[in-house]
Amino acid sequence: MLQTSANLVWFIALPLFSSALLLLAGKKANSWGHVLATTVSASTFTIGIIEFLAMQARPEENRAVGQKLFTWISVGAFNVDASLLLDQLSICFVLLITGVGTLIHIYSISYMSHDLDRRRFFAYLNLFIAAMLLLVLGDSYLNLYVGWEGVGLASYLLIGFWNQKPAYATAAKKAFVANRVGDVGLSLAIMIAFATFGDVSFSGIKAQAESASTTQLTAIGLMLLLAACGKSAQFPLQSWLGDAMAGPTPVSALIHAATMVTAGVYLITRSSFIFDEAPIAQIMVLVVGAVTLLFGAIIGTAKDDIKKALAASTMSQIGYMILATGLGPIGYAFAIMHLLTHGFFKASMFLGAGSVMHGMKDEVNMRKYGGIGKFMPITALTFGLGYLAIIGVPPFAGFYSKDKIIETALNAGGIKGIALGIATLLGAAITAFYMTRVVILTFFGNERWGHKDEPHESPALMLIPISLLSLGSIASGYLLYQGKSLVNWLEPVVNPLKEHHAEELFSPNAVSAMTLTVVAIGIFLAVRKYRGNQLDSAPEKVSIFTTAARKDLFQDSLNEKAFMLPGQSLIKRLLQIDLLVIDGFVRSVGAVSVGAGTKLRALQSGYVRSYALMMVVGALALIATVWIVTA
Amino acid sequence: MLSAPSLSYMLLSPMLIIFGAAVLGVLIEAFLGKTHRAAVQLTISIGALLLALLQLWQIKDMTSTTAAVNSVTIDRAGIFFQFIIVALALVAILLIADQDNFVAQASAVPGSTEEKIATQQRVQQTEIFPLVLFAVGGMMLFTVASDLITLFVALEVFSLPLYLLAGLSRRRRLLSQEAALKYFLLGAYASAFFLFGSAFIYGYAGTVSISAISAAAGSANDIFLFIGIIFMSVGLLFKVSAVPFHSWTPDVYQGAPTPITGFMAACTKVAAFGAILRIFYVGFADAQSLWQPIISVIAIITMIFGSVVAIAQRDVKRMLAYSSIAHAGFLLLGVISLSKEGLAASLFYLFSYGFTTIAAFGIISLVRDSTGEVSDLNRWVGLGKKSPLVAAVFSFLLLGFAGIPLTSGFIGKFAIFSAAYQSANISLVVVGVLASAIAAFFYIRVIIMMFFTDPVNDSVSVIIPSIRSRIAIICATLISLLLGVFPSLLLNASNSFANLIK
Repeated sequence: MLQTSANLVWFIALPLFSSALLLLAGKKANSWGHVLATTVSASTFTIGIIEFLAMQARPEENRAVGQKLFTWISVGAFNVDASLLLDQLSICFVLLITGVGTLIHIYSISYMSHDLDRRRFFAYLNLFIAAMLLLVLGDSYLNLYVGWEGVGLASYLLIGFWNQKPAYATAAKKAFVANRVGDVGLSLAIMIAFATFGDVSFSGIKAQAESASTTQLTAIGLMLLLAACGKSAQFPLQSWLGDAMAGPTPVSALIHAATMVTAGVYLITRSSFIFDEAPIAQIMVLVVGAVTLLFGAIIGTAKDDIKKALAASTMSQIGYMILATGLGPIGYAFAIMHLLTHGFFKASMFLGAGSVMHGMKDEVNMRKYGGIGKFMPITALTFGLGYLAIIGVPPFAGFYSKDKIIETALNAGGIKGIALGIATLLGAAITAFYMTRVVILTFFGNERWGHKDEPHESPALMLIPISLLSLGSIASGYLLYQGKSLVNWLEPVVNPLKEHHAEELFSPNAVSAMTLTVVAIGIFLAVRKYRGNQLDSAPEKVSIFTTAARKDLFQDSLNEKAFMLPGQSLIKRLLQIDLLVIDGFVRSVGAVSVGAGTKLRALQSGYVRSYALMMVVGALALIATVWIVTA
Repeated sequence: MLSAPSLSYMLLSPMLIIFGAAVLGVLIEAFLGKTHRAAVQLTISIGALLLALLQLWQIKDMTSTTAAVNSVTIDRAGIFFQFIIVALALVAILLIADQDNFVAQASAVPGSTEEKIATQQRVQQTEIFPLVLFAVGGMMLFTVASDLITLFVALEVFSLPLYLLAGLSRRRRLLSQEAALKYFLLGAYASAFFLFGSAFIYGYAGTVSISAISAAAGSANDIFLFIGIIFMSVGLLFKVSAVPFHSWTPDVYQGAPTPITGFMAACTKVAAFGAILRIFYVGFADAQSLWQPIISVIAIITMIFGSVVAIAQRDVKRMLAYSSIAHAGFLLLGVISLSKEGLAASLFYLFSYGFTTIAAFGIISLVRDSTGEVSDLNRWVGLGKKSPLVAAVFSFLLLGFAGIPLTSGFIGKFAIFSAAYQSANISLVVVGVLASAIAAFFYIRVIIMMFFTDPVNDSVSVIIPSIRSRIAIICATLISLLLGVFPSLLLNASNSFANLIK
């Protein structure tokens, strides 16, 4: 029986309340809105720490706690409580969301200080925190779904925060629509789950999963994967993430790098009991992960916009995580490990990018940067630490988490292992290439910004959060890895020990050696290409491959040709049918009714004698009716 | 030797309270001076209605077939009907208490000097209060009467005051009096049908007791049963305004003072359906093959006719009259279902429809120009811009009539359609749904007129209602809203009260 903890509700209630207050209070809250929001975020982090310590102190079988808020739906056999569940998996997310979230709140105080709408921005940030915590704390798919939609809403509001620019508003809409496709997947998964199990809670489905038919589990798994693809910007629903960089940079760091886009990984990990029983769905997870990690990495090599390059990298890194979740029980813990370390180093790099933009008058084109390192030493240093972490140089965070994924992939066995191994290694090489490119173009080389104002370092309120996140880029990997601490911690939730390990084809050291070799090749190629003086605009005569990468591998053209144009023509046809057939029918019913009404009205002559006659005729007609019916 | 009949006063007490208060009201009308009379009358009426509600609550779990010898059957459904009638009357009396809708001296000839003097001297007579109470008492008795004689007496007891009340309008008195006369003539005509039918039933069964009639099934005089059912049905269907016995409805609804129209539309429907359900569910249950075709035909014609003709109306009161006709058709589906579900759905429907109706007529009485109420729909154009709140409430009530989800009307329709569906009357449900669709047309057209059409330059205005009317309208609207959002509150009750005993 699950123990109860009365604290859980505050995770959601506090930021939700603060968000509502800031939105409703209006301009009156302008002076203190950001302070309240940051305090609330810090409070949730504190509660997270308290709950984490309490959880650690409990014996393993009693670690998970729950809290029932209220009976949400009770219709016949369908009963859903609004209940929260905090277990070993969700606490990881709670700490990441509230911890990184709080740092980004602090950063935003300074970053958004010139924005007239800073209060609204913080209200949305709090809304996001509340929704994201509900997503990871819900104890059933339906509760998760509420949070899932909530983060979608917050993401939409924040991408379009500067919606006075039509392009930004369009980007927000694009993200929303792409996410809707995924959301349909999630709602279908919930419906199939309910039809199959009569239950939508994690524990209820977990108990019945092994006895269910593979077909239904596969269907649920594929629908969940679709949902994950939407939210986590995985192939084929990846196209929105690059445009989502229209939002303020702290948003990119928090929502579109560290937390929300990893919700898909959470969803699959949480649903391990379904994917473990549905091999086809699991293979699809692997395919999606592998395709996306290469897809994102290739796009990343050609982007000149620093945020879009980082976004492509995020897509690629989440591809690694998704791939890891597809590797079965052993993979989940490594996916979560990479998710956590990635949360640190990617957030720190995004904030670093924000810091550079802050010093460079919001310029995002790396071709207009160059040599910024000497003007912004702290930003350059922290960015550099994030760089070392993401490409996987020991002992930085990414080394531990990414190597483990590559190792597990290589050891998956057979053709699968070879294919996945090549994909992950290739991804690592390309990652090293594009990240080196970003670092060289931004911080080294000739100064190409073409105006006289020198870039300046950002204020302390921005640098402190970046620095704290950098500590995570340095140490989080080792801390989570040593003594298999995270693997053991998550074991009760994802059961990695259930699977028997066959012989390991590649030892960890061999894998590390291979990875470091390909990483070195990637760095070497990038340095050779981008060292020395660069032009302040992208070269126009480039190979067909570069063109393809610049155009995001034609993802938008494909979407337009395959979905948008047929969709539009379908709508046109339907509209015609609607106008001719349906409207025509309705109109004729209306016309007939009006006509009949006007005619029948004449019966109402106003004379009592005719009314009385009508009654007699009516009574006689009734007698005649019965006569006919009974005779 | 005659022995005194035994009466269960406890079970009869709600009706006795109402009748007692009505008699008291007559005495007060005769002896009390004009200064405090209205206040005293209102206090007595409200007090009696509240007390009756309290008594109904007390006896809610009791049943008896011999509450007044063999003439009154108190059962769960009967108590629920009485409860609805009294609760609706309580809201209606608050609207009726706004006396400026009523003629000062009903006996004065319209346009005469007498009338002018009475109006100038503010000699406001208050006989409406006892009249309403008599009507309420008669309606209550109508729903629990268990023999045909008592049923007829109750019919007359509640009809006669209504004929008078219809003629009491202060403005457009001739129209009002014409309506009263029409209502009286046709009502008497319908009563004759009812009485004639009762006689045939007596000829068939040799008894007037409703429960004994059902026991007499299979007697040789089937032709008597058959004519009796039809003629009694004519009398009852007249009261619920089913087509083709509906002709009085638009004229009377339009002519009667608006608060009375609301009272009549809501309470008469409950009382009449109470009696219809009792007669058909208890007395004629075994003869269902005989009457179900009749009522089905009537229901179909009524639903379609009411909905279609309402479209052509230019007067809001006449429009609601046709709407009330259409609703009678929907309610007949509950009768045809002949099942516990049908009865429960009818209880819910009557409750929710009653409150929506009273609130709607309450709103209509607020829209005026210098000469009085404005019921011409063309002059309601743009009301939403002048008085957004009143127009919004009226729109909500119209949506309730139309049966749009989140209103009580939707739940009521849903319950009654599903009861009819379960009893395999699918074609009736199809007609009902189509008629609802047609009906939605004219309800929503009024909303469009109020909100989406530019106001004409007209002197129509919304008066500020008295505190009593405000309470009445707010209560009735809130009940409609509440039952739409939390229908289970009443659905459970109507299920547990859906029990008629023989």
